This record gives sequence, C-alpha cells and structure tokens, in this order.
Amino acid sequence: MNDFPFAPLILTVTFLVFAAATAGGALLAALTTRIIRSVCGLSLCCVGLAGLYYFLNSPFLALMEILIYVGAVCVTIIFGIMLAEPDEPVPGGISQSSVMWATGALAAAAVLFWGTARLGISGHWPKPPTTPGDGSVRAIGISLLTTYSLAFEVISVVLLVAIVGALALARLGRHHE
Amino acid sequence: MSLSHLHAEPYAYLVLAAFVLAVGIYGLIRRRTLIGMLIAGELIFGAASLNLMTVNRFFAPDPVVGQVFVLFIMGLAAAEVSIALSIIIAVYRNYRSIRSAEISEMKG
Repeated sequence: MNDFPFAPLILTVTFLVFAAATAGGALLAALTTRIIRSVCGLSLCCVGLAGLYYFLNSPFLALMEILIYVGAVCVTIIFGIMLAEPDEPVPGGISQSSVMWATGALAAAAVLFWGTARLGISGHWPKPPTTPGDGSVRAIGISLLTTYSLAFEVISVVLLVAIVGALALARLGRHHE
Repeated sequence: MSLSHLHAEPYAYLVLAAFVLAVGIYGLIRRRTLIGMLIAGELIFGAASLNLMTVNRFFAPDPVVGQVFVLFIMGLAAAEVSIALSIIIAVYRNYRSIRSAEISEMKG
C-alpha cells in the first residue's frame, strides 16, 4: 500500500516525537521555577498538540493551534511576564506545609491520571462509524455558517467583550494610581 | 497494540490527554504566582481539546463536530488569557506582586 520506503517507521517516529513534545512540554510548563521557561514549555506542548491534531485528521486545527496558542497566547503571556515580575519565590527552606501541599498535589494528579486513563482504556466506546465522513475545511466552514451559526456569533461577541474588558481593566488599574 | 500502530490507537491519545490534564492540575495546585496558574490552566484546556479531538476522530459519526468544538475552546481560551492577563497586571499595579498568597484583602 505504501510505496514510500520506511513509511510506517517514519510515521511512528513522527508520532512519538509529537507525543514526547506534548508530554515533555507539559512537564516543563508545570515544574520549572522560572516562568519564562514555563511559557517555553507551554509552546512546546502546543506544537506537540498541533502535530497530534494532524495525526487526528485535522490539519486545519493543527494550523489554528500553532496560530492561536504559540502565536497569540504564549506571546501575550510573555508580555504579561515583562510587565510583572512573576518568578516563583525561592523557598527559604522546606517547611511542613510545603511538603504537605506537594504531596497533596502529587496525589491528586496521580489519582486523576490513573482514573482518567483507566476510564479511557476500559470504557465501552461505541463502534466507530463505517463511513469516515468528510472532515475537511470546507465542511467545517459550511457547518460553522449553518448548524453552528449561533455559537459562531456568540463567540465573536465573547471575544469582543473580552477585548473591551481587558482594555477597561488595564486602564482602570492605571487610573487608580 | 504494537508500537507501529500506536498512532491509530485511540488509547494512546486518551492516555496522553489524561497525563497532560494531571500535569495541569498539579501545576494549578503547586504554582504560587498567577501567571503560573494561568499556564497550568492552558495545559488543562489543551488536554480537554486533545480528548475531544480523539473521540471525534475515532468514535463520532460526524468528524466536523469535534473540530468546531475545539475551535470554540481555542477562542474561549484566547479570551480568557487576555482577561486574566489584564487582571494580573491590574493586581500587580496595586500590590507590586502577583503571588497568590499576598492577594488576600478586599476593598471595603
């Protein structure tokens, strides 16, 4: 079926690279003390997610993930970092409550991971549809303007309100001084 | 489930999404600055999107629905980040710090 040499191997390696970028980027984003490295981890995680979306038959969303998350969200967070001084405070010593919080957070995360992964693996998923259907950009555009037109309009209003609200909040803080 | 067909298995994506969700929850609890918590929240958004896309690809009859849904999640996440960052900057102006432990008093 595949005429290109080593096509399955290349496919597997690409998938593993994107999955490792997602997992590693997420770990980097959550565990480093410098916030700027955390943002770099977030953008790495988003690049990995974009690759995974490509594997999930959606090149459009892969493009949007890069454009919105890496291009807009991460850059906006970097602007926020430049305006505030957000480095994690250096712990002056290992206190009892800090250890307790770390243990609690680790336990919560482990339980959540175990439960969700187990649910995903052992869940009784319905049989996949026999006809794969058309998930192209054209189909997305048509359904955005017909079936989901109300949601489309509402989310544009939400974005407008968010822009105006962000401007108002930032100005109000300045006026207050 | 061999390694060469891992990219065609829904379980690989579901477990990865669960992992990213768990890391995001851990970061949300452990971070002590507002921007760190915001980044952890973005991780949780990403995990939810990946989960939706997986179910959309492997189990849904219409492959458009999940993509539209994830597109809306991205729009909401962008709106959330802009609002959260302007709140963070306003907080920084008032307190000269964005550590969540220090923001404990209200007006009034």
